[in-house]
Amino acid sequence: MLINRIFPLAVLGLALAACGKNETTLPSSSDELVVKIGAAAPLTGPQAHVGKDNENGTRMAIDDANAKGVLIGGKKARFELLSEDDQTDPKTATIVAQKLVDAKVNGVIGHMNSGTSIPASAIYFKNGIPQISPSATAVKFTAQGYNTAFRVMTNDAQQGRALGEFATKVLGLKKIAVIDDRTAYGQGLADEFAKAAEANGAQIIAREYTTDKSVDFTAVLTSIKGKQPDLLFFGGMDPQGVPMVKQLRALGMKTQFMMGDGGYTPKLIELGGGAEEGAYASLPGVPLDNMPSGRDFSNRYEARFHQPIQLYAPYCYDAVNVMIAAMQKAGSAEPAKYLPEIGKVELNGVTSKIAFDEKGDIKGGAVTVYQVRQGKWSVVQTMGGAPAAH
Amino acid sequence: MDILLQQIINGLVQGSVYALVALGYTMVYGILGLINFAHGEVVMIGAMIALTVLKALLAAAFAPVLAVLLSLLAAMAVCMALGYSIERIAYRPLRNAPRLAPLITAIGVSIVLQNLAMMIWGREYHSFPLPFTSVSHQFGGAIVNDVQIGIVIVALVIMLGLMWLVHRTRMGRAMRAVAENPAASVLMGVDNNRVISFTFMLGSALAAIAGFMVSANYGIVHYYMGFMLGLKAFTAAVLGGIGNLRGAMLGGVLLGLIESLGAGYIGDLTGGFLGSNYQDVFAFFVLIAVLIFRPSGLLGEKLAERA
Repeated sequence: MLINRIFPLAVLGLALAACGKNETTLPSSSDELVVKIGAAAPLTGPQAHVGKDNENGTRMAIDDANAKGVLIGGKKARFELLSEDDQTDPKTATIVAQKLVDAKVNGVIGHMNSGTSIPASAIYFKNGIPQISPSATAVKFTAQGYNTAFRVMTNDAQQGRALGEFATKVLGLKKIAVIDDRTAYGQGLADEFAKAAEANGAQIIAREYTTDKSVDFTAVLTSIKGKQPDLLFFGGMDPQGVPMVKQLRALGMKTQFMMGDGGYTPKLIELGGGAEEGAYASLPGVPLDNMPSGRDFSNRYEARFHQPIQLYAPYCYDAVNVMIAAMQKAGSAEPAKYLPEIGKVELNGVTSKIAFDEKGDIKGGAVTVYQVRQGKWSVVQTMGGAPAAH
Repeated sequence: MDILLQQIINGLVQGSVYALVALGYTMVYGILGLINFAHGEVVMIGAMIALTVLKALLAAAFAPVLAVLLSLLAAMAVCMALGYSIERIAYRPLRNAPRLAPLITAIGVSIVLQNLAMMIWGREYHSFPLPFTSVSHQFGGAIVNDVQIGIVIVALVIMLGLMWLVHRTRMGRAMRAVAENPAASVLMGVDNNRVISFTFMLGSALAAIAGFMVSANYGIVHYYMGFMLGLKAFTAAVLGGIGNLRGAMLGGVLLGLIESLGAGYIGDLTGGFLGSNYQDVFAFFVLIAVLIFRPSGLLGEKLAERA
């Protein structure tokens, strides 16, 4: 009977122990400067594949810096990664943020989603910890007056406007249906897209909603079908984008399909089963292949993690390097000392040339539109590069 | 009219899957009074096993039909073993514990299974390699494909089979006996543990079939897929009257229909005031309404008999 009671607990214990993270902290010698970089992204849940990709990008930058040997204020710096799982959940994000603050991180790369970056940014601001998000695009993120919040990606206003203009001016589409996943990112992008499309003479004939956990959209798509749109725009991520485009085609609809950066993933093609052919998606910055260091980065990423880049890994890589550049310039890894330097950094990253405006948004903000052609993401055109919208 | 028909088809397909998964919840509840929250994860494991076996068989150049059948059988076998183990490890030692304890272990098992699947199959989405193309049929202006027709037919056959099993076989009679009064059934010579194990295995086999059908329909498998499906199926079981087999079927199909008609028409009905973002709200609103007027669900028996 005792065995009966203990055995299941032991099994559970083992299983849970196996799930734990293995972050090892090596003892540091006195002439070494230990710099803790916090990273936060969803490592579990529906967007875990993209979140892990973020962690990989951050890890690569940190390992590169350690291999290269970076001097900060004359001391050799050793960077350590503290990776946390925010589960795409705004509440968990604040807990994770506090945990990173308590662990005395020197800076944070994250969070991945707008919905998590925004609540977490208040905690980083209160504690004076610089935060560079690789991928939070909601306008609000940098508009809260927090001098600690930066991003290396264009915001929804820039991206939504570029896509809205592309759909109307370049593709000449008139009747547009819009769906979003009710997250800060999806909703923000969809709203900006709709605004830009309407400003250019298109008609938004349906505005529908789903969640970031749904897989069945047949009901919403059927109701849209009756209105016969030329284009369906979805503000959301690929876990919803894939089944949505499949169900769109399964319902016999010829409507064009477009997403923002959340759709520009290898998974959309791998899982789309042909339904994704012709779909559009965008990614801030210029195509990775056009950047001198971009191709090299993606080759090294694939060699190391045995999978193609999912989405934001290059942006994480750039974010870390921006942070390190600011630390070098300030000659210190202390948050209060190097924070003022971040805004002044100008860096040729793997995604684009990075410099910030006074709000912490990336300057310029080119957006590249891609289309699936014969089962491959092909560059259609790079839009903008205009000054950031305010 | 074709839009309405399409929405009804959408709802039926979705509802059939809910119903199959709901049966697993309701059978276990009927017999043990326990809500097996790990059931959704069993569906996910079934889908994962089917995916792995199907890929291997197709790579080994098996005939498509044979590969599909074998992978389904493999998924069912693994899930039955899993269902048996879950009951043996997590629930049986707590059978006489306060009711809260097994509920918590159920949630624990669910988390363990999810994380195990994440470790084995990774975080990424997998494509489900259905070896034949699912042809679409025009049907009075609505479109329905082979996989969807298959889902509804398989679900129907399984439900009828289950009714027969419970009401016409020896094992079914034993199940009903344990559900009615476990102490008396032991005195009558029923091996309660065997019956309970059988129930878990049966429910898990149905979960495996549901997992296969969902994967074939959406073409995607992911370690997190069981969570939401489990929650919806649980809702369906409660809606129909948890513990009642017919109730689970009815609840599943109803929930599917409510969701699809709700999402499709709520915007038009309220003049755009409420949109499809109220799809889930609508479904849960119906659930609340049913529970207020019929606390034991649509077809549920009076709870006083069980307590």
